[in-house]
Amino acid sequence: MSLDAKIPQGPLAEKWSKHKFNLKLVNPANKRKYDIIIVGTGLAGASAAASLAELGYNVKSFCFQDSPRRAHSIAAQGGINAAKNYQNDGDSVYRLFYDTIKGGDYRAREGNVYRLAEVSVNIIDQCVAQGVPFAREYGGLLDNRSFGGSQVSRTFYARGQTGQQLLLGAYSALNRQIHAGKVKMYTRTEMLDVVVIDGHAKGIVTRNMLTGAIETHAGHAVLLCTGGYSNVFYLSTNAIGSNVTAAWRAHKRGAFFGNPCYTQIHPTCIPVSGDHQSKLTLMSESLRNDGRVWAPKTKELAEQLRKGTLKADQVKEDDRDYFLERKYPAFGNLVPRDVASRNAKEMVEDGRGVGTSGFAVFLDFADAIKRLGEETVAAKYGNLFDMYIQITDENPYKQPMRIYPAVHYTMGGLWVDYNLSTNVPGLYALGECNFSDHGANRLGASALMQGLSDGYFVIPYTLGDYLATIGPKKVDTSHPAFEQTKKEVIEHVNKLLALKGTKTAEAYHRDLGHIMWEYCGMARTEEGLIKAKGLIKALKVDFWKNAKVVGENEEVNASLERAGRVADFIELGELMIDDALMRRESCGGHFRVESQTESGEAKRDDENFAFVAAWEFKGENQPEELHKEQLVFESVHLSQRNYA
Amino acid sequence: MSNGNMNLTLKVWRQKNAQTAGKFVTYKAEGISPDMSFLEMLDVVNEGLTLKGDEPIHFDHDCREGICGMCSLYINGHPHGPKRAITTCQLHMRSFHDGETITIEPWRATAFPIVKDLAVDRSAFDRIQQAGGYVSVNTGGVPDGNAIAIPKVIADEAFNSATCIGCGACVAACKNASAMLFVSAKVTQLGLLPQGQPERYRRVQSMVAQMDEEGFGNCTNTGACEAECPKEIKLTNIARMNNDFLSAKLFRQEEIHEEQHGGA
Ligand SMILES: Cc1cc2nc3c(=O)[nH]c(=O)nc-3n(C[C@H](O)[C@H](O)[C@H](O)COP(=O)(O)OP(=O)(O)OC[C@H]3O[C@@H](n4cnc5c(N)ncnc54)[C@H](O)[C@@H]3O)c2cc1C
Ligand code: SF4
Ligand code: FES
Repeated sequence: MSLDAKIPQGPLAEKWSKHKFNLKLVNPANKRKYDIIIVGTGLAGASAAASLAELGYNVKSFCFQDSPRRAHSIAAQGGINAAKNYQNDGDSVYRLFYDTIKGGDYRAREGNVYRLAEVSVNIIDQCVAQGVPFAREYGGLLDNRSFGGSQVSRTFYARGQTGQQLLLGAYSALNRQIHAGKVKMYTRTEMLDVVVIDGHAKGIVTRNMLTGAIETHAGHAVLLCTGGYSNVFYLSTNAIGSNVTAAWRAHKRGAFFGNPCYTQIHPTCIPVSGDHQSKLTLMSESLRNDGRVWAPKTKELAEQLRKGTLKADQVKEDDRDYFLERKYPAFGNLVPRDVASRNAKEMVEDGRGVGTSGFAVFLDFADAIKRLGEETVAAKYGNLFDMYIQITDENPYKQPMRIYPAVHYTMGGLWVDYNLSTNVPGLYALGECNFSDHGANRLGASALMQGLSDGYFVIPYTLGDYLATIGPKKVDTSHPAFEQTKKEVIEHVNKLLALKGTKTAEAYHRDLGHIMWEYCGMARTEEGLIKAKGLIKALKVDFWKNAKVVGENEEVNASLERAGRVADFIELGELMIDDALMRRESCGGHFRVESQTESGEAKRDDENFAFVAAWEFKGENQPEELHKEQLVFESVHLSQRNYA
Repeated sequence: MSNGNMNLTLKVWRQKNAQTAGKFVTYKAEGISPDMSFLEMLDVVNEGLTLKGDEPIHFDHDCREGICGMCSLYINGHPHGPKRAITTCQLHMRSFHDGETITIEPWRATAFPIVKDLAVDRSAFDRIQQAGGYVSVNTGGVPDGNAIAIPKVIADEAFNSATCIGCGACVAACKNASAMLFVSAKVTQLGLLPQGQPERYRRVQSMVAQMDEEGFGNCTNTGACEAECPKEIKLTNIARMNNDFLSAKLFRQEEIHEEQHGGA
């Protein structure tokens, strides 16, 4: 099968407008003859559902939470980028494009990224019009802050709750369409499969999480907006419910999976406190504007700190290693996320980690408090400090915070072309669920931007082109493919319910997470990845023999839900390992130890690896087939990332 | 950080679904670390139950960061537990002591029917929002974000109300199971902003009508909602909402709009 990214010809700046003009339109009177299925109500899904319903399409919208407002997007803290240049500091669409391409270590498509930068400007206007209360300056205009990796102030924010406010904006637009009868909302409903007829996606199979009813839904197109799969690592900053099931089942029905091994690790999270831990909490990147990261200079001091015989504030200035400032004088504590994360890991491996577990370094505000006063520091970071106190019972005004990297975002996802279509016609992927736009690394404040760009401003155009091609012929669930897919879903559910072993799905999830973090986490080696492959294979066999699932299908059953998701995570884990093994280069968040520069930075191999890896499922327990989408760079010059 | 693990007794409300009767069941929670969150403590209990082949205790949760509003739990007589201004997922076991008995119940309100055990159906909140908790604007064709200047104090005030996470603790705390704090938060947010003006009076009327239809009780100004709200949404919002509601009823909308021009 050939991979056509369908990037429009012509100069970068004109691609999108030309493309929009060339796309076929659906006549307004015909729009109501089309049914669109949208899975997910995060920023991508809610904005798409609202926009498409406004255009006149009939939308069916699904989420597994009790309300669309609770989608994981709600948790985003920092902000959203847009090339508005309100600060007159030299920002432009091109600069945002350039920063994003470079930040992604040249593993993203120029065309997509340029479009993202271009529509970023409209996103802010849209949200303001909906009543999203962005931060304002005293003059009444919108305020901006700067964010990791960029030298201009282009990040719009709403205190530390930007994701919540943006999602509530999209949710309210969605609500308006639900009220108008143009969107039918299905909450507490989990999508378990895609129905493909003659190579086109025509519907989905779902499980009603209250009654267990397995149902089928037909539509002219299916949009997956189901978020990322960081929870393959068990511990991550994602919500507990975030999972890969929708994307994975679509993959098994033919949709290619792009760059699965690209994972973003965020450097400033609250470290793990014990085996009971169910998730990790992110501390906003903005803390590194004033906090200084350090570890003790010697193992002996670290040992005393771990035992508690020495307190952090008793460590003399000379005995502290401010390792980021030492190694990267130009960027200091503000180096990008992958660089900061790897350096913290090195400290720990060197025996200089702190905290009872030894898996932490310090983020110290003592200097900032001395310089600015406690009050100013509290005004800037108070809510984050409170959260830290709540979770750790330690006071960061008196003792430095302990931080450690954690899995945060997945750049991989379903492969899509410029129109956000997967290689299965009629099946689309939006937001974190697709692989596009971020390359091997995601900069701060760019995921929210991408989710809303896809939902508000890209899909309303590109979907119409496909719909106009297939025509408004009614699709319904009477086709035998619906019955067949439903049967397979029921078989899968029954297979899970029959597991009466001795180990909970959660325990398997934890084991999987350990393997992934150890061998496919912040640094990867050929040897480790090969070992992990074996370990996961064995884990999978063991799961289907010894897992334990309680209860029945016809009721609320969290045990069953969890087991289904963990089974999919295990299979995804195998693919991530294969992808990481294949990519014998380092780029962004994918760090192959064998491929580094003299100063220890990620070393790309553009000659051999400037491609998107798109994997094709070839059957249960069969190796997947790799397809390569060569990346073409016409406007930017590929260069080594260097922050020293 | 406190050391040592705790042994606790849990009295948990178990109820198969809305149709069956529920009852308290007692469980032991042993070896609980003070660093665990309340939900992690329940995870541990649930893993034990599952291994014994028993049904785990069902409760709603997702973000575990205090922002999605999904977790609930009435703990020892308080929504979201004994501490102020936090959600259940942010409550840690160090707030309890060894040997303590903890009573855990679902939110209780007619408008929030039980789903299972400790989880309730809060879709009534969605329906209230659907009735009018928005600004009617389509995608595209909107003015530049800076075309409308909004004084910082107003923006901040609107923001304070916008932080409601829709958890329903206010309803659970109220002896009348009133949803006024929740509804007034959205009404206030949009009512303060210029974007919300055109529909200001229609909005309050439709949202209040829906709220009544869902079977929430009336507000008698006891203030339990404000005291238990994890996001510290203010009671003054209710006053604002009542004001708008009255104005909408008493006068013609356009006149009101004139009168209030330049005000909040
Ligand atoms: C703590 C944290 C902070 C962040 N901060 C920032 C930030 O400051 N700036 C930034 O740009 N990005 C940030 N991000 C990243 C960003 O929040 C996410 O990438 C983005 O919100 C994802 O949006 P989405 O719409 O793609 O998916 P989500 O918001 O994850 O939505 C997924 C939806 O799919 C539904 N779903 C999933 N599977 C199924 C299924 N099988 N059946 C039915 N429904 C299903 C869910 O119910 C949900 O509605 C942050 C992430 C985290 C974890
Ligand atoms: S007002 Fe407070 S208690 Fe009520 S739903 Fe909103 S956040 Fe929860
Ligand atoms: S689980 Fe999201 S607020 Fe508690």
